[in-house]
Amino acid sequence: MSEKVLMKGNEVLAESAMRAGCKYFFGYPITPQTELSAYMSKHMPKIGGTFLQAESEVAAINMVYGAAAAGARVMTSSSSPGISLKSEGVSYIAGADLPAVIINVMRGGPGLGSIQPSQSDYWQATKALGHGDFQMVVYAPSTVQEMADYVAKAFDVADEYRTPVMILLDGLLGQMMEPVELPEPKADIPDKPWACTGTKGERAHNVVNSLYLDADLLDQTNRERYERYDKIKAAEQISEEYLCDDADIVVVAFGAAARIARNAVNAAREQGIKAGLFRPITLWPFPVDALEKTVAHARGYLTVEMKMGQMVDDVRLVVAGRAPVVFYGRTGGVIPTPAEVLDAIVAFDQKVGE
Amino acid sequence: MAKMIVDDAFCKGCGLCVDACPLHIVELDQDKITDKGYHPAHCIDMDACTGCCSCALMCPDVAITVWR
Amino acid sequence: MEQKEEKVVFERPDALLPVVTNFCPGCTHGIVHRLVAETIDELGIEGKTVGVTPVGCSVMGYNFFGCDMVEAAHGRAPAVATGIKRVNPDNIVFAYQGDGDLASIGTAETVHAATRGENITIIFINNAIYGMTGGQMAPTSLPHQVTQTSPYGRDTASAGYPVRICEMLSTLDGPAYLERVTVDTPANVRKAKKAIKKAFQNQVDGVGYSLIEVVSTCPTNWGMTPQESFTWMRENMLPYYPLGVYRDVLAEGHESVAAAAAERAKDSKIVAEGGAA
Repeated sequence: MSEKVLMKGNEVLAESAMRAGCKYFFGYPITPQTELSAYMSKHMPKIGGTFLQAESEVAAINMVYGAAAAGARVMTSSSSPGISLKSEGVSYIAGADLPAVIINVMRGGPGLGSIQPSQSDYWQATKALGHGDFQMVVYAPSTVQEMADYVAKAFDVADEYRTPVMILLDGLLGQMMEPVELPEPKADIPDKPWACTGTKGERAHNVVNSLYLDADLLDQTNRERYERYDKIKAAEQISEEYLCDDADIVVVAFGAAARIARNAVNAAREQGIKAGLFRPITLWPFPVDALEKTVAHARGYLTVEMKMGQMVDDVRLVVAGRAPVVFYGRTGGVIPTPAEVLDAIVAFDQKVGE
Repeated sequence: MAKMIVDDAFCKGCGLCVDACPLHIVELDQDKITDKGYHPAHCIDMDACTGCCSCALMCPDVAITVWR
Repeated sequence: MEQKEEKVVFERPDALLPVVTNFCPGCTHGIVHRLVAETIDELGIEGKTVGVTPVGCSVMGYNFFGCDMVEAAHGRAPAVATGIKRVNPDNIVFAYQGDGDLASIGTAETVHAATRGENITIIFINNAIYGMTGGQMAPTSLPHQVTQTSPYGRDTASAGYPVRICEMLSTLDGPAYLERVTVDTPANVRKAKKAIKKAFQNQVDGVGYSLIEVVSTCPTNWGMTPQESFTWMRENMLPYYPLGVYRDVLAEGHESVAAAAAERAKDSKIVAEGGAA
């Protein structure tokens, strides 16, 4: 066990990645993920790794594609507008079945938006980061410790399923300092016999590719990929339930919003409202199995989001009309206060109690 | 004896070899149609071929093998 | 029976798989593919070569080259090649790109891979048109050239002027070797081969970024026979895109790319004295 150290979230993401065997980082400056790139630029050379500031987000993600094709553990990071630029490369990474880790430290949008914390890239991350039929695993840490843990896990999951994995957090978490126990450096990185490292005259050539001119072949490839997604859905859902066992009102929130919601849930309990917090940690696959277990007793669901309620759709898909599902949130970088959320819980409790 | 042989499976009948041959002994065979529907190139006077490889150098389909 | 023992003096290189290409009859892509494959054979590097072929007529390259191959998004080959090379510097990494790819949608990737002096080899097919999509105006289409999207001829008042890549990249400190060649005659094919081989040898020797621009044709989309295409290319393209060496740091007497760059900026204090300790 290593000692706890006080570190900033963005720097923990970088340090944890290097400890997970990531020796290649390609990025482009953007607020509010800047400390991550700066940390990489300072520390990558010390471990014989590569930090490269690319000419654009588009180039950075394509360098990630190349490095992943060459068999390396590789990462890039950005913030919302930069992630949009990366979407082309993410689609190709998914289409070529390459493992890679992408970090999005979200800021307010759309467009240039704000540089304040936001969660408004939820749909983009979980539904459509790029063209075509594909998904990627999305982790939403809520503490600096979870940032360390899920970056490390992201590399393993990316390799296991040959898929891009995203760490999705808001600028609040990126800038936050908390004590953290960093993961032990990883020594054994899985072999990648499919990687393009040269045939050495010993095998037929490897091809990393997402182009299929034969429609039936592409159909078959996509179906095989979705069978893999089914395995991910079965094995990789993660959530935290807080006071959910007997909850009438289940508050659903992730990331920084979940930290605020937890305070509000405690305050609601003090007022005699049986509130609980359901916190998805994997946003894709959405933790439908655990949320389903709450449906038997919950009288209503309130999502608390730093966006215009995008996640509320996924909650509604699980609840499927068996209880009311509403949303409370702020956008543009405005962080909801615990008092605001408590008011929303109280009002919702009264409504479902009628 | 030098010679050039065209592999009809690769030849697309573009005729770049015809232009390249300094002895003008390569032609497209109008009596023959390949599986892909092209008139393939062939040497009309193999005894004259010097094996200079000009035809092969210009062939975009690497259809020509030259012996010398 | 033959009187003399014959030897094969020209055959398909091993590095080129025995596959019929998707290229149209008379397309010069096939010649350049062969020159790349011959080079790989002659340098004995097939086992450590990784090719990158992006979108365009070269997109199916992974079916034709026997080395490991990575398909790239449109324009992104230099970035993808950078990623591959940084992970395995002992690999020989080449990108094979057309003009729309390299000089339009991928201009940023092209310029920055060049200015970083990535130790990679770029083969650039300039045929002044988008072939794969059916003959649209390319960044290298000539003034007045009629294409599907310049039906009245390229109007420089609205569409601007063609990009001369070798000239543009020659202003940068990063490239080691830039040469423009063509493949319209056996003699020029031999010259092109020499240039391509040097561009790969440079990478093997660690000399640095090398780009060979091959002025090429597109008989199908130009609406000409292969023979007419060469005539059109010689009359119109070669005066606009003159053949020759645009950069060769070693031949210019420099010890290396870095030495040439330092020499050029020797009056800059930070360049001369070095940065932070």
